[in-house]
Amino acid sequence: MGILEVKGVGKRFGGLQALGDVNLSVQENSVHAIIGPNGAGKSTLLNCLVGKLIPDTGTVMFDGQSVLGRKPHEINQMGISRVFQTPEIFSDLTVLENVMIPCFARRDGSFRMHAIEQVAREGSIIEQAETMLADVNMLEKRDFHAGSLSRGDKRRLEMAMCLVQEPRLLLLDEPTAGMSRADTNNTIALLKEINEKRSITMAIIEHDMHVVFSLADRITVLAQGTPLVEDTPEKIKGHPKVREAYLGEAQH
Amino acid sequence: MLGLNRKDGVLFLIVVVMVIFAPFILNPFPSDSSLAQFNAGYPDLMQRFLIFGIFAVGFNILFGLTGYLSFGHAAFLGAGSYAGVWMFKLLGMNVLYAITASVLVAGLFALFIGFISLRRSGIYFSILTLAFAQMSYALAYSVLTPITNGETGLQLSQNDPRILEGASAADGSLPVPSLFGLETRATHTLDLGAWSFDFNAGYYICGVIMILAFYLSIRIFRSPFGMMLRAVKSNQQRMNYTGLNPRPYTLAAFVISGMFAGLAGGLMVSMDPLAGAERMLWTRSGEVVLMTILGGAGTLIGPVLGAGFIKYFENIFSRINDQVLHQWFAFLPDGFENAMVFLVHPFVGKGWHLTLGILFMLVVIFLPGGLVEGGQRIGRLFRRKKKTDQAAGTAQGQNTPAE
Amino acid sequence: MESFIIQILNGLDKGSAYALIALGLTLIFGTLGVVNFAHGALFMIGAFCAVTLGRLLTLSHEVLDPSRTDFLGNPAMVKVPYIYDIFGPELGATIIDWTVPLSILFAIPVMILVGVVMERGLIRHFYKRPHADQILVTFGLAIVLQEIIKAFYGANPIPTPAPQAFTGSFDFGVLLGFDPFTVIYPYWRLIYFVFSVVIIAAVFAFLQFTTFGMVVRAGMADRETVGLLGINIDRRFTLMFGLAAAVAGLAGAMYTPINSPNYHMGMDFLVLSFVVVVVGGMGSLPGAVLAGFLLGILQSFASMSAVIETIPGINQVVIYLVAIIILLTRPRGLMGRKGVMED
Repeated sequence: MGILEVKGVGKRFGGLQALGDVNLSVQENSVHAIIGPNGAGKSTLLNCLVGKLIPDTGTVMFDGQSVLGRKPHEINQMGISRVFQTPEIFSDLTVLENVMIPCFARRDGSFRMHAIEQVAREGSIIEQAETMLADVNMLEKRDFHAGSLSRGDKRRLEMAMCLVQEPRLLLLDEPTAGMSRADTNNTIALLKEINEKRSITMAIIEHDMHVVFSLADRITVLAQGTPLVEDTPEKIKGHPKVREAYLGEAQH
Repeated sequence: MLGLNRKDGVLFLIVVVMVIFAPFILNPFPSDSSLAQFNAGYPDLMQRFLIFGIFAVGFNILFGLTGYLSFGHAAFLGAGSYAGVWMFKLLGMNVLYAITASVLVAGLFALFIGFISLRRSGIYFSILTLAFAQMSYALAYSVLTPITNGETGLQLSQNDPRILEGASAADGSLPVPSLFGLETRATHTLDLGAWSFDFNAGYYICGVIMILAFYLSIRIFRSPFGMMLRAVKSNQQRMNYTGLNPRPYTLAAFVISGMFAGLAGGLMVSMDPLAGAERMLWTRSGEVVLMTILGGAGTLIGPVLGAGFIKYFENIFSRINDQVLHQWFAFLPDGFENAMVFLVHPFVGKGWHLTLGILFMLVVIFLPGGLVEGGQRIGRLFRRKKKTDQAAGTAQGQNTPAE
Repeated sequence: MESFIIQILNGLDKGSAYALIALGLTLIFGTLGVVNFAHGALFMIGAFCAVTLGRLLTLSHEVLDPSRTDFLGNPAMVKVPYIYDIFGPELGATIIDWTVPLSILFAIPVMILVGVVMERGLIRHFYKRPHADQILVTFGLAIVLQEIIKAFYGANPIPTPAPQAFTGSFDFGVLLGFDPFTVIYPYWRLIYFVFSVVIIAAVFAFLQFTTFGMVVRAGMADRETVGLLGINIDRRFTLMFGLAAAVAGLAGAMYTPINSPNYHMGMDFLVLSFVVVVVGGMGSLPGAVLAGFLLGILQSFASMSAVIETIPGINQVVIYLVAIIILLTRPRGLMGRKGVMED
């Protein structure tokens, strides 16, 4: 039994069968990559997991509970965090505040009317956020406006915002898209560290084979809305079907 | 102090001091001088500064923090006013009844309108609030006449039950709103040499409440709740994926700001027990938008400044007529004098709205942070100048090359 | 049946005004992505174009009229409009009588100029700013414009009559076989309706059949791509703004005999026009027109005494009520495209 069990998920948009009968099992503490050519349905699948889309058929179980029909914030409260393709942060707030917000969300749930308490008095929350920022080497930027950060820093900040919630499952949507080689390698190192140190389960959607093969324990190849194969990176590398559907294509 | 940090504490103290000494501060000119007409220290106007200050402070909690632009807040002001007058009619003339009722009624009304309007965002939200406010206005004028007394407006009458106070005054005059017997219109005039200062009970009642409201607003701004509201403005998507539900946060902000508006309405009728439907007109809602943005949306003191600024303009600037202008420009040769008067004339007196409109546009275009940002920029300019002066001085003193 | 027809007719003139303003609002929103709170002010300026033309035409000089005497028995000074000197008294009088229709010719260049100046001077700098900023700055502009008009023309409504020939009413009932005088409709309102239909048809034809219109429509669908094609859409969009301003201005100029213009008439129409745009569907031109007429007629039906007796006050709120229901159940409006500002 994996921590995330996707069974028979299908989704149609008008005449387009974006997903058809996807089965997927993500094991606890593993890094599971989902790859596939453009239009394979990777993003649709991800959106079905976080509550942005509701699949037409099938079930999505997280830790024995169904996530279907729940709102994104409810699913997050169950322990699933998401990193976006372009970092989604609170640009108008400071770096520290960005990290404090998930701390509050974790402590107080999806809504609490704490209008009279003062942020400055929330010592434990501030400490928690600062520790997290130190972990991602951003403590010296704590009072910067998040919007003024470099792209790499924004990515790290977003990662910090997800990690400080101590999620049971971290979903990453092309975390290195558009990054330079050096930034990509930094991100890989960061993710590796996260996975090892914090033992957080990850599901990564990624285009970059370098990222996938350096991180993943298991890989699912998606093509035209259905999983082609699921196996370890070594096996995937040599798999003829995958070469045909994906790697062959990538050599153009 | 009071759970505020140093900076906020100082700001709060300044506001408290200003409110207490406003009757002096706003009356700088001797009462028989020609400049006396620019004195703003009369009770009626000072009360309005405070009441609209409260209105704008509340509006700022919604717009300044969450970025939701409501064009219908006058509806809550109006609802609060009606509720207040009804309390005077039914219960008695103590302003506490009126204020309590107006806050509650406006809060419920805001809960209803907010619940529906907040299902949309952006311009749709603005139009929904606008539509609700216009509806309230139209209904207050027509169908709801039994409650609002239609065009005439709701006012006190001899036959009101006032169950907590019994029969009205024996001499047949209408009773006056009061706080435990202290009439809001009671005024003590202090003559000091050529100056004359008015100390009005109603003003100080408003003052205390305004200080409380301002304090509450500081606390909200600095609270986790306030931080969440800024997060709503910044990125709702991220909020959702951080396990937070933006809707109740925004609704809470909407209701709080509606209650502030209701409070303002309740105070208005406590000073002058009369409520009319035109208080709900959407241009009235526009006025509070002007105040908040002119002063500086999202800043603590901005809305208060904006409210004071606009009300001062409305009451004082509008009194500048050609005669005054001629006095001002009397030092110029006749031809120039007339030319200047001709040029300035459209912008003052009855034309003050024009000046206001232009000013507002300039602020939106060049100073999104309003007067507060303007002040900060000027402050920074001076500080930087000082710093470079100092730097230049030390550089010279040490006689070291610049590089 | 008669009253039914009367209500439809009564709804038409208001509906025409709504449709024309909403059409301009939609053009501006669709092409420039700007929410223009000053559009009502453009309607108002158009109305004052008619007033201004009326004043220009009646500019007079005084002459001695030997045939009349004042109360002291001296020959009286009589004001004679200059236009009498140019065209003779008869033609001159006719021209003055026809001020409102003539003001169309006057309003078109004025309104295009106002629109172009507005777009170049102000709106252009707000394309990339949030909608809230656009609303605020155009709201400020609306205040400024109406205050300028107030400074020149005062606060009171200025009666601006239609030409004498159109002051009567048209007996529709006879045409349809009812008794005489059961369904009568003022000529001018009929003209206003026909006029607005012509304008609307002209705008649609312009967009449909000219290259300019084609580019504008393409720009409405996908601005960036059209920009990439190397077409200078900015200049066209400026003209588009002028056109939208002219449509609003004409709507205002011709409306003057129905409702004497005052400086705040723009604000009154603005709110309702926005509601119309939202109901029709943000960015949909046919939607704006359809919703304009529908809501005008709906409002007129809601004002029937039978309806008011059943649901008191419904005439005051029906438009807002419809808007609220539409916004909540179908945010893209009657004919709006899916996904256009649906949040």
